[in-house]
Amino acid sequence: MTDNKKIREPLLRITKRPSIVWWKAWIILAVAILAGFLLGSLVIYALTDCAPVKVFKSLFDGTFGTERRTWFTLQQTAMLLCVSLAVTPAFKMRFWNIGAEGQVLVGALAAVTCIVYIEDMIPNWLLLIIMVGSSVIAGMIWALIPAFFKAKWNTNETLFTLMMNYIAMQLVSFMIMVWVPNGSSVLPTQEFGWLPAILDKKYLFSILVVVVLSVLMYIYLKTTKHGYEIAVVGESENTAKYIGINVKKVILRTLAISGALCGIAGFLIVAGAEHTITKDTVGGNGFTAIIVSWMSKFNPLIMAFSSLLIVFLQEGSSRIAETYSLSDSISDIVTGIVLFFIIGCEFFINYKVNVRHSVKAAKEDK
Amino acid sequence: MKKILSVLLAVAMLAALCCAFASCGKKTEEGGDSAAVTLNGDMVKATAPVEADKTLDKSDFKIGFILLHDENSTYDKNFMDAALKVKEEFGLTDEQVMFKTNIPESNDCYEAAASFADDGCDIIFADSFGHESHIIRAAKEFPEVQFCHATGTQAQIAGLDNFHNAFASIYEGRYLVGIAAGMKLNEMIENGDITAEQAKVGYVGAFNYAEVVSGFTSFFLGVRSVCPSATMEVVYTNSWFDIALEKEAANTLMDNGCVLISQHADSEGAPKACEARNVPNVAYNISTISMAPTTALISSKIDWTPYLRMIINAELKGEKIPSDWCGSLASESVLLTELNEVVAAEGTAEAIDAAIKGLKDGSVKVFDTTKFTVDGKPLEEYIADVITDDAFTPDTNVVGNGIFDESAKRSAPYFDIKYIDGISEK
Repeated sequence: MTDNKKIREPLLRITKRPSIVWWKAWIILAVAILAGFLLGSLVIYALTDCAPVKVFKSLFDGTFGTERRTWFTLQQTAMLLCVSLAVTPAFKMRFWNIGAEGQVLVGALAAVTCIVYIEDMIPNWLLLIIMVGSSVIAGMIWALIPAFFKAKWNTNETLFTLMMNYIAMQLVSFMIMVWVPNGSSVLPTQEFGWLPAILDKKYLFSILVVVVLSVLMYIYLKTTKHGYEIAVVGESENTAKYIGINVKKVILRTLAISGALCGIAGFLIVAGAEHTITKDTVGGNGFTAIIVSWMSKFNPLIMAFSSLLIVFLQEGSSRIAETYSLSDSISDIVTGIVLFFIIGCEFFINYKVNVRHSVKAAKEDK
Repeated sequence: MKKILSVLLAVAMLAALCCAFASCGKKTEEGGDSAAVTLNGDMVKATAPVEADKTLDKSDFKIGFILLHDENSTYDKNFMDAALKVKEEFGLTDEQVMFKTNIPESNDCYEAAASFADDGCDIIFADSFGHESHIIRAAKEFPEVQFCHATGTQAQIAGLDNFHNAFASIYEGRYLVGIAAGMKLNEMIENGDITAEQAKVGYVGAFNYAEVVSGFTSFFLGVRSVCPSATMEVVYTNSWFDIALEKEAANTLMDNGCVLISQHADSEGAPKACEARNVPNVAYNISTISMAPTTALISSKIDWTPYLRMIINAELKGEKIPSDWCGSLASESVLLTELNEVVAAEGTAEAIDAAIKGLKDGSVKVFDTTKFTVDGKPLEEYIADVITDDAFTPDTNVVGNGIFDESAKRSAPYFDIKYIDGISEK
């Protein structure tokens, strides 16, 4: 050990943490979110001279400022959460389903199709049941097509599911042109097939459905044999095969569930809020849901908070854009900054940064 | 697994069958109950300029604008510019004039309107055709707030006191810029660049419906009034704003031998494609001279400031806003942007001035039925779909006294004859 001087410890050294106490992880996350918010508000401050405190006030005002906005925020959160729940089983299985956008859209299309052709020929409750059924089947088919090809011929599911999105969008454009041959391709608000308002709150029904779905998904993933199989297939396909899990069956079954949930999300969007369809009806939720799902480590209960955070950021910063005459791209910027911090803080949760011991401390160590 | 698949397949087929039955059932019950609906609102055709009444107390006045896209769209920018102008004229603050941009034609539009109403807006203005049904929903919920909607068709039949439509007789503007285009074609023929038969104009349209059809027909009639041998070819993009599609459509038309392009879609796609190939272009909503200095000829535009002045005046005075309002050349709602002398043929400005005079004193009519034919025959009667219904049932004759009376019964255009002789679809 005569060459001791040559082995110099670097100033910063990174080591993997074997584990971290839960509260430490939460503190790191909280600091990250706070830092994200701060940087976001600094950007806004630079653009508008609006003091950071006012930025926070505007954020809250845009999302919870009035009773209506609160309900709208909750509805948006519920829809994002619903799609996130839908993609979760697939991603936990490491099946890269980026086709949720399309699966939700065909679910919505199926629901609108039922409304357009059935109208008030049957009671509303029966129409709603038929709508749910068709949406679930449509979403399922849209997810099962790539799943089948994956299971049978091991095709690339990322590309396949992505392309299915575009087919879904074109299908919607085509159907609108069939229904509205003579306008600027806008299907007017439909009068039938509305979810009933509970306690006079029109979004409450769909919010409750999503709450129930979250709990069910939590139980399904955590406690059932299916949930376990999904986890094993996701960790290692070979292990799964070794312990006698029929991998193809699990892939198809999981994607069927994923697609069905996307279908339900599509149904809720149509019957609970939109009552019409455009090719942008899902509005990117199919992609945002992937971030929500991963960020929450596939835990449905954490997903609820992540969805709320994202909706809060998006809606809140649109309000800032509106109040201070900014382009509403600011909402994407702020959301992006905060998400960056949240995802970045994973590093500090998984790894420890060691600062070089001072020389004195090093001597004492010896 | 096969079991699951076969069950799924069976269910899917069953669902398809249900839908098929349902659609059969629908056919039988369709009938013309739209005859029961009549135009019961008041329709105003503006004939004089409107001034902002600055003496009125506007301290607690608020107006909110709901826009389909943002300032990158020429269509929406046109509304924003008008809004900012009246804001300045009336001396309103940032808090009194609010914008929500990129609001799709969906439930978001309703929520945006409701949110504005919660903010205490007195007037809420929406700019896109597809916003209408969502705005009507909000109008029913907030009877004390005035909802104004550009390009819509339903205010006169909705039976709501607080829901209003507006448009302008932009066909006059398009006719005038058509004259500039026709003069340019004549110049090309005289120079020997093209023969008289090759004088073909290309038109990039957004959607195949009355507003667009009326626009290109009036443009074509303007072209024809000075260049009788001209023909026109139309391509639709099925989108209001798609830079790539509009560019591609313009290129297709030029490949097909079109020597001049105009468009009714909201991006810079077509003007830039024309600039790249040195083909003259007639634009809409904004002057494109800065983006296409050597090919931009002229643009027609609707100036929304007269309408905005009118509704703000009315609201501040506590007067009623008409259900439907149609601006015109005379009310300065229809304007032409600067003529690009670099591109324009000699004498264009004078020819346009003469036509403006003629349109104002009534000696020139745009849709003069003696000036065009449909299937080789002059138009003697045309039942248009003036009263909006889901089935687009034609309901009202709009031809008489030698003219097709556009924007008279309703501000939004209803000229949807596809096509008059000389125009074809690609």
